[in-house]
Amino acid sequence: MEIRRQGDVLEIAELDPFLAELLRQVPDSTNPESDESAAARLFSLPAVESETELCSEWKLYVEPELRRLFQTATETVAADLRQLNGTAKPFANCTLRIPRKHAEAWLSALNQARLVIAAKYGFTEAELSDHYRSPIGSRRDLGLFQVNFYGFLQEFILQELE
Amino acid sequence: MRGQARQSRGDVPQPHAQLHATEPVLFRHATASALESPTIEQETETRDELDLPWQVVVHNDPVNLMSYVTMVFQKVFGFTRERAEKHMLEVHQEGRSIVWTGVRERAELYVQQLHGYLLLATIERVR
Repeated sequence: MEIRRQGDVLEIAELDPFLAELLRQVPDSTNPESDESAAARLFSLPAVESETELCSEWKLYVEPELRRLFQTATETVAADLRQLNGTAKPFANCTLRIPRKHAEAWLSALNQARLVIAAKYGFTEAELSDHYRSPIGSRRDLGLFQVNFYGFLQEFILQELE
Repeated sequence: MRGQARQSRGDVPQPHAQLHATEPVLFRHATASALESPTIEQETETRDELDLPWQVVVHNDPVNLMSYVTMVFQKVFGFTRERAEKHMLEVHQEGRSIVWTGVRERAELYVQQLHGYLLLATIERVR
């Protein structure tokens, strides 16, 4: 995989089918609905629970806005990812081009996905910092790989935004 | 309120005006009006004081990248890179960092922005 900036486009080239599939999973991975802890992490409380009025108003007025914000970012990313569909050779490497103006949406969607996956599997800080982990042997290992891969992409996008 | 105070100040005789028999009455009226204004200001300050003690706290989160948190602090609060990194490291090492203190309404707005970037942030009363 090669990752570089070409003018106003961030280009991820030579994407092998496995990494391309992980990228395709970004939008679905941002959905916390099936997992309570993931939903709680994406929509965390703005104050201690004893601030009941503040917390209930937040749920009523702010949370829907946040949902819309996250949804918009995810839709932008899903649209960019359509480039990966319908390649002539199903197992060939491919290239993803992300317009620079979509960089913030990507940062958000990748972050949503990382937080949801990490909450779902309950990864510890030590696990998340272990970059020399043994090969993927379970769905949980794959989740950790996803979190780290998406994190790597975030770092690249952040560097390009500076 | 401020408009009324300005109107009252308009009644105060100019320094160069000559004193006449009616002037003490006018002056008394003006002084009474002028005294009303500071009372109003006092009330405003008291309300601000009640609003003041709120702080925006960012909590540690093992998933968010350090570089990402730094960028968010720069964007939301306009911090310099150095200041943003200082707060980011405080979050990372101490578990939390107070990034802003002030009136409640603005603190809520900052927390909303931070949640928009998926940071763990809360507002707390300053104790």
